[in-house]
Amino acid sequence: MKQQASVATGDEVAVRFNAVTKRFAKTVALHEVSLAVRRGEFMTLLGPSGCGKTTLLNLAAGFFSPDGGEILIDGERVNDVPTYRREIGMMFQNYALFPHMTVAANIAFGLKARHVTKHEIGRRVGEALALVKLTGMEGRKPRQLSGGQQQRVALARALVINPKVLLLDEPFSALDKNLRSAMQVELREIQRKLGVTTIFVTHDQSEALSLSDRLAVMSEGRIRQLGTPTEIYRRPCDRFVASFVGDANVLRGRLDRIDGAEVSVAIGAVRVSVPSGSLQGALASAPVDLYVRPEHLQLTTAGEPSARMGTIVGQVYQGGHVDLLVECVGPSPERLLVRSAGYQAMTRWPVGAKVGISISADEGVAFAIP
Amino acid sequence: MPRSAYQRLLGLGGKLAVLLILGFLVLPAAVVTIAAFNDKAILSFPPQVWSLRWFARAIAYPDFRDGFHNGLIVTLWSSTIALVVGATFAFVLDRYSLRFKTALEGVLLSPLVIPHFTVGLGFLILAAQIGWTRGYPVVIVCHVVLVVPFVLRSVYVSLRNLDQSYELAAASLGAQPLRVLLTITLPLLLPGLISGWMFAAILSFNEFTASLFVTAQRTQTLPVAMYNYVREFADPSMAALSVMYIAGTAGLIVFANAFLGLGKVLNIEQNR
Repeated sequence: MKQQASVATGDEVAVRFNAVTKRFAKTVALHEVSLAVRRGEFMTLLGPSGCGKTTLLNLAAGFFSPDGGEILIDGERVNDVPTYRREIGMMFQNYALFPHMTVAANIAFGLKARHVTKHEIGRRVGEALALVKLTGMEGRKPRQLSGGQQQRVALARALVINPKVLLLDEPFSALDKNLRSAMQVELREIQRKLGVTTIFVTHDQSEALSLSDRLAVMSEGRIRQLGTPTEIYRRPCDRFVASFVGDANVLRGRLDRIDGAEVSVAIGAVRVSVPSGSLQGALASAPVDLYVRPEHLQLTTAGEPSARMGTIVGQVYQGGHVDLLVECVGPSPERLLVRSAGYQAMTRWPVGAKVGISISADEGVAFAIP
Repeated sequence: MPRSAYQRLLGLGGKLAVLLILGFLVLPAAVVTIAAFNDKAILSFPPQVWSLRWFARAIAYPDFRDGFHNGLIVTLWSSTIALVVGATFAFVLDRYSLRFKTALEGVLLSPLVIPHFTVGLGFLILAAQIGWTRGYPVVIVCHVVLVVPFVLRSVYVSLRNLDQSYELAAASLGAQPLRVLLTITLPLLLPGLISGWMFAAILSFNEFTASLFVTAQRTQTLPVAMYNYVREFADPSMAALSVMYIAGTAGLIVFANAFLGLGKVLNIEQNR
């Protein structure tokens, strides 16, 4: 496997979707989607099922062609290039390892299709196996491997041909939780080492946040927001993205003051400064919804100035943190999720305790009431 | 949990029913098998004196020898041609959306609806028109028509069960369609192809009704030869022949099981 040493995330575009539209029968799966994936980048397509993310991936793979727009790989228009000439590596949800072939034959398949010499095939299969830490497993059949091992073989098979782009279709969904996080770390390590451009499809937002260089949040055949994990998590552009990526509390408040790029939102007795981008054209004192992450809410003893008052109705111990459910008395009854690091909150805020809730300064995003 | 008398009775009744059904299934074969070892020259049951002489007679009888030989030729050709035709159609039906798909399916499965004697008679009339009545081709073509639906079904089911991601994966790895077909699709379909071929072969070898119309003295298959035999004689050599039939077919299935796994060949288990 050739190491593309100069890697890094350059500005060069490896895969480009230009206003791509795809229809299936009467339903429109993709509405003029445009997206540029940079060379060496790990791009995630995130969204609920039916949002079009897999369709976009399959279009890159060439399993079918778009009804409108164009797809470019390395600057070359590939709309009419069949899958087998696209130089892609694809990993399927069920791995799709050929059950009648050994591990070595599975990995060698793409090289044989390219008429690589026998000697060279042996060398590269060996390298690929070493890369995924499966040396010595050459002679096994896929059904003799564990789920994690099967996944490594699938990865090795996709990478051994030095693809222009690596396409991953929910590859971790079949693994249990521990193995999944281990495989995620390993995949990312390998991807960085080889610098291979990667498009990764998932519906798991935590997976998307932890792995991606950038992610595109999709819904109903459109990209709702494109950005780095921190941008998406901290500054979601709309209600859908705010509630799909990460947990979010919705607090009804009032627009207090607009001050250039910042607006001040009044929630109960506190004021929170948030970016004004999502509130274009809103009037002062208009009602707004503030979306706040559970870790940006703090509990205070009743009496201190707070955004809301409420009662603890539930505790969920999560090991590293505690999730507390608070039922609020307010303009409208709300249930808020407060995340508290450590375990102390378990005893400090027992169920039934009266609490106030305050908001970390400047965290959150506000949206106008539709 | 203690079981009530009613439940126990129900369980006993169920077992008895299963035993009876199994008994009825094997009863004819058992009777014929026992009769085959009868020394007497009439088909009587149960035999008083045991002997193997009817096996010797059945094997030595020239009409049976010819019938076996003819049957083998007809079976090998017809089941192989049916495999190619049936598999091709199964492929087309599974992979392409055709305008007349349901109609095509209907036509291909119609031999299941049309009686064998109708097919036989039809081919006899056609063959007489073009003067083909004397040879193997008409028998083989007739058998192909009769067994194609079975091959079609068998291969079609296998194709349906074949996960398409294997073929997509192969294509993504740079394999052209022909390569995908030869290295992925066909090997994965092999159990279905073999089971289709085996069904076709057994059906063709046992086929009687249509064969009676389309065979001549020179091309008559074993079932036809047996029919002609019972019209003149009624000795246990027929029974002996039946036993050999059963043993041969069972042998074929055991062979298939040993080398391929019966579950796979009969399409009972998935090849994953």
